[in-house]
Amino acid sequence: MADAATLWISGSLAEKIRAHGAETYPHECCGALLGRDSSAVLESDRGDGTLIPAREILQLFPLVNRRDDSPRNRFSVTAEDVLAAEKAAREQGLEVVGWYHSHPDHPARPSEYDRDHAWPWYSYIIVSVQNGTPQDMTSWRLNDDRAEFSPEGIEIRHRAAVSATGFSTTEK
Amino acid sequence: MPVKVMIPSPLRPYAGKRDSAEFSARTVGEALGHLTTEFAELRKHLFTEDGKLRSFVNVYVNDEDIRYLAKENTPTKDGDTISIIPSIAGGYI
Repeated sequence: MADAATLWISGSLAEKIRAHGAETYPHECCGALLGRDSSAVLESDRGDGTLIPAREILQLFPLVNRRDDSPRNRFSVTAEDVLAAEKAAREQGLEVVGWYHSHPDHPARPSEYDRDHAWPWYSYIIVSVQNGTPQDMTSWRLNDDRAEFSPEGIEIRHRAAVSATGFSTTEK
Repeated sequence: MPVKVMIPSPLRPYAGKRDSAEFSARTVGEALGHLTTEFAELRKHLFTEDGKLRSFVNVYVNDEDIRYLAKENTPTKDGDTISIIPSIAGGYI
């Protein structure tokens, strides 16, 4: 499922994730990715059953890192925060399609701890923040067998829309 | 009227894309047992290899967290809704 995954996000939202990582440095930041997952549309469009997940991020829901015992190398989002993010998404006709967090002074690669605590299907964006300055940003999805993450491509789109007949993109 | 189990978005691909399923069950554990029997691929995402609920899997009966009730032995009655709510965690080490 995760092999052909691509995530669409606008340049301004990508910048907001980086800025959140810089703001909370040297602690980890975290937040929800609100958007749409259009796998079903593509699947029916192709008509051959091939599933190419395509999702777009349309809004962020920044959260407070609840791990105040170890905020430099851990983040935690409680069930209550998850419910709040889902409610915010529903109110805008969106859904929670993933989560972002920062790795202060570490590469934008998922750790063993990230993998062990990950859910499938969600996109996990990681931004590396070196000495307070945001660097690489990557996205990952947990494989079905939970053994590892697969990288997910990030495409910067100014504005993306999904209709019943497929995709259209409009530059601002 | 049976017990309704609400399935969160990340687990729906492993449950025939359904957002809920209904079972006759006397406890939360029994309902989750039926769920993971019907949708076997869900098991590894909900339970550890030794059969314990994963730490980031939260289960509510109606609006109450089963950690503060009788955990998986929490009794259920017809018409109850069991919700599986993710919590999210990670970090670089």
